[in-house]
Amino acid sequence: MAHVANHPMTQEEELIEKLGYDDHFHDHHEGDRYQSNFINTYVFSMDHKIIAKQFLITGMIWALIGAGMSLIFRLQLGFPEESMAWLKPLLGKWIIINAETGMGTLSQDFYYALVTMHGTILVFFVLTAGLSGTFSNLLIPLQLGARDMASPFLNMLSYWFFFMSGMIMMFSLFVSTGPFSGGWTAYPPLSALPQASSGSGAGMTLWLLSLVFFVVSVLLGGINYITTVLNMRTKGMTMWRMPLTIWAFFVTAIIGLLSFPVLVSAFLLLMFDRGMGTSFYLSEIYVGGQALDHVGGSPILYQHLFWFLGHPEVYIIILPAMGLVSEVLSVHARKPIFGYKAMVLSILAIAFLSFIVWAHHMFMSGVNPFISNFFVVFTLIIAVPSAVKVFNWISTIYASNFRFTAASMFAIGFVSMFISGGLTGIFLGNSAIDIQQHDTYFVVAHFHIVMGVAAFFGMFAGIYNWFPKMYGRFMNETLGKIHFWGTMIGAYAIFWPMHYIGMAGVPRRYYRFDTFASFSHFDDLNKFITIAAIATFAFQILFVVNFFYSIWKGKKMTTLNPWGASTLEWTTGIKPGHGNWAGKIPTVHRWPYDYGKDGKEFISQITPMEEGETPGEH
Amino acid sequence: MTALLVFLSLILIVVIAIQIGKVTELAAKIRGEEEMQEIVNGRQGLYMIIFMIAFLVLTAYTGAVYKNYYLGFGPMQAASAHGGKIDAMFNVTLVICGIVFVLTQILLFYYAWKYSGRRNGKAKFISHDNKLEAIWTIIPAIVMAFLVIRGLDAWNEIMADIQPGEDYMEIEATGFQFGWALRYPGPDGVLGPKNYKLINGANPLGQDWTDERNVDDFHADELVLPKGKKIRVRITSKDVLHNFYLPHFRVKMDAIPGIPTYFVFEPQKTNEEFREQLRNYPEYQVPSDPKDPNSKPKWEVFDYELACAELCGNSHFAMRKTVRIVEPEAYEMWAMQQKSYYLSNIRFKDEDPNKEKLFSSEIEARKEEFIEALDTALTTSKKTVQFSYVTFATGSEKLTGVSRYELDNLAAAMKEKSGLKVQLAGYTDDTGEDAQNLTLSQKRADAVLKYLQSKGVAASRLSAKGFGEAQPVVANDSDENRAKNRRTEFRIVGQ
Repeated sequence: MAHVANHPMTQEEELIEKLGYDDHFHDHHEGDRYQSNFINTYVFSMDHKIIAKQFLITGMIWALIGAGMSLIFRLQLGFPEESMAWLKPLLGKWIIINAETGMGTLSQDFYYALVTMHGTILVFFVLTAGLSGTFSNLLIPLQLGARDMASPFLNMLSYWFFFMSGMIMMFSLFVSTGPFSGGWTAYPPLSALPQASSGSGAGMTLWLLSLVFFVVSVLLGGINYITTVLNMRTKGMTMWRMPLTIWAFFVTAIIGLLSFPVLVSAFLLLMFDRGMGTSFYLSEIYVGGQALDHVGGSPILYQHLFWFLGHPEVYIIILPAMGLVSEVLSVHARKPIFGYKAMVLSILAIAFLSFIVWAHHMFMSGVNPFISNFFVVFTLIIAVPSAVKVFNWISTIYASNFRFTAASMFAIGFVSMFISGGLTGIFLGNSAIDIQQHDTYFVVAHFHIVMGVAAFFGMFAGIYNWFPKMYGRFMNETLGKIHFWGTMIGAYAIFWPMHYIGMAGVPRRYYRFDTFASFSHFDDLNKFITIAAIATFAFQILFVVNFFYSIWKGKKMTTLNPWGASTLEWTTGIKPGHGNWAGKIPTVHRWPYDYGKDGKEFISQITPMEEGETPGEH
Repeated sequence: MTALLVFLSLILIVVIAIQIGKVTELAAKIRGEEEMQEIVNGRQGLYMIIFMIAFLVLTAYTGAVYKNYYLGFGPMQAASAHGGKIDAMFNVTLVICGIVFVLTQILLFYYAWKYSGRRNGKAKFISHDNKLEAIWTIIPAIVMAFLVIRGLDAWNEIMADIQPGEDYMEIEATGFQFGWALRYPGPDGVLGPKNYKLINGANPLGQDWTDERNVDDFHADELVLPKGKKIRVRITSKDVLHNFYLPHFRVKMDAIPGIPTYFVFEPQKTNEEFREQLRNYPEYQVPSDPKDPNSKPKWEVFDYELACAELCGNSHFAMRKTVRIVEPEAYEMWAMQQKSYYLSNIRFKDEDPNKEKLFSSEIEARKEEFIEALDTALTTSKKTVQFSYVTFATGSEKLTGVSRYELDNLAAAMKEKSGLKVQLAGYTDDTGEDAQNLTLSQKRADAVLKYLQSKGVAASRLSAKGFGEAQPVVANDSDENRAKNRRTEFRIVGQ
């Protein structure tokens, strides 16, 4: 029995009523069980839309913490001579006050802890959970025409494991020996030996625990995404009719499923080395005035295991952003994405290649130089599918009728960032150049632009675009555009100068630069970067204000499909309840990019093909 | 109070921001969504093109401002033989990527501006173009192939280890928290083996002193290398990962505990030559000490530096060592002046496992020394020779292990010169009872006599006498002087 709407049916609803598939979902009142009180509606929710919001807001909180940390260490790098005594109330013993001058300095240990936490939080909690967790959850069922995820229960667990992981990480910030401070890559022996670094004590134990829970979260989510994509597509939604967002989330989940367990194995062996006297990574170490018993281990083994996740991880971060951008660009260009199949194939190619390039992080780490030959070849091959994607995005804008919204502008910004950051990857992927550039600010510039800023831009594009779907209201467009320009200009201002610093050979992860005459040429530039970082952060506050203000006070959504998109999520109600579609589930009759076809503004996927119509994808 | 003001002004900014947002929403309501969107499209499209121009101009401008930090140019020319290859590779990539960068950024923003939406505008329905896509798959593939081939060619050449028969010098750099220890092989050209279990205060690298190859190895406070010679740096670590990084030489390699790595390079410019390279650039004409405007300019005090490029703990940023590249002759001079770590810090100390024996080089040196002393005694009137290296266990007549080398020298000389007759004399210091000392000195002289006999010297040619604490060579007023008085001599009584 179909749900009877108490308003006149829209065209979409009529179509679904006429052609949709009746799965008798609403006959069983699952919704009552799932969403009967506050706790199971908003806290331990099993509804994918709520879980998406949980991931998003948790991710935003972590983003603010992680970015705030970067501001503190940027202050140290930009203004090493300024007193940080004013941060004493916040950082306590990590600010060391000189008794005579009253000058407050950031403790070296805590500087490295901040750098480490910044990396860990941004890579895992924000750009993996916050990005992929949010949009996979939100869009996979909605764009595929499914009532929910394959397993709503696992989906709920996925969020709560992430939450628990975050709580443990948060707790580690407050232990007396300090949070882990050996870099987000946690290379042993530094990460294995509390004698070598105080952060490698309790802080590291908590770090490892936290990330193991995090991996559980990713795997539970990933299994769900894959299962849902493979099994719960609505009638007519063939794989080749899926929007590029879904392709991206699907492939991302597969990459995660294959690579994250390897990270856990690396962590497990590290835990053994730390607590049980094994020697997987440790050998011939003299530290703290003592020769350790460990012999025969190899720190390089850890690096192989770590980067077997670590490299695919950057694609876990960037692929969802690419998917979101492809979708947003196409919708707002009012034009099909250019080369849909090429886009899908390049996602698959990038995903495949991502598994055989990991050692390009290790050219200078003592692996046999001969082995590096293969990794150089595969690494630079990735430039080819990446280039295809860039050209296709640009071609999508070509001859379009481009609608500038905060979402579509962030999508353009994404492409610009992806070009700028991707091209520097061609330098670093070539091992000969990497001899000089490895572990310098050139690397910092490269990965921040290509997978930090670009991924954030993808995320912002997604948030601005699908905010109406999440909350039934719009985010303020003007503030969104101010946010865009502030972030676009700010991000380039932060990271562009780092190329010059890196070319001069200045190493990353330095607490200060005046210890070396060769590295102390850039005081002005470092000040500039710090100021740019603070300004850019302020624009993110603007975003956060806009976000929360709009949840309650934003302009109300009055039509079902404000962007004129042809994908399924815009055929649901303004505030879809449990089960997403009030009546039948829609069936699909065409690919998702029929924009501007046959003189029509757009044709929804639920619209049947007309007699004699040629499919858009051909 | 300030905090309150900051807080209030923040709230004010937020309120203003929200109001701005509301105003535009209101405007949209009045003018109609579509018309408003068209205005926005035009305006934002224009901003896009302005941004693009500003971005590209600033890129070019800052690129020009920082031109003296580009690899391979001016002050940034590499100081090693292979460095130029890396710099050239970098610059080839820079040109290719630069072209792609400019073209794609222009297309992106230009299209966004050119095709900004109009109210009745229509997008062209273009879903794909196989020919175009084939072109922009193949062209990047060809360019990448070119870069890969060039890059790997350089890489394999740079990373090649020393070939058999090649002339080179090996040194060792060991990273530790927080510094570098530099070890040179000494005259034998070979670095002695190490074992981390042997590391202690006196033996910072854990060198195995039982191995003779360690004897001449010396440690240095700065990395001094000859210009124009292939250097193989063996890179090791004591504790955690470090990275041996010589920015001016384009050298970088991890130091790993338990797994030695290496990097081969050839320095080509001395520090003085590099200073000349820097002198003409304004970046290096500023005072070296920013707080003292009268300090020497940067170029003048320039030295190469050795840094760490792998996070290794809280003082990772402070692992500096000075690097000096000198002409080969100057290097030889410097190397000759360096003292073997073992001989100057370990030899004959308690921790020396060889204190009971001598190395062949020492045996040779002492033999020469002995023969010279004996010759002097034979040819001049000064007939008494003091054994420089004959010692006994404290309070006993037991000869120490190393004593025998000198006695062997005497035995050999006596075999050669059959007429030679000697009287052995034992002396003690003034510690303890007179009578006991006298007995002890007699016993010690006898022990020496016995040893010589055991080496085949006829008893008739030897006699022994103890003098106790009599005839001190210096006053018994310090441990050092007492050691001088505890001695064994021989006097030539027939030749």
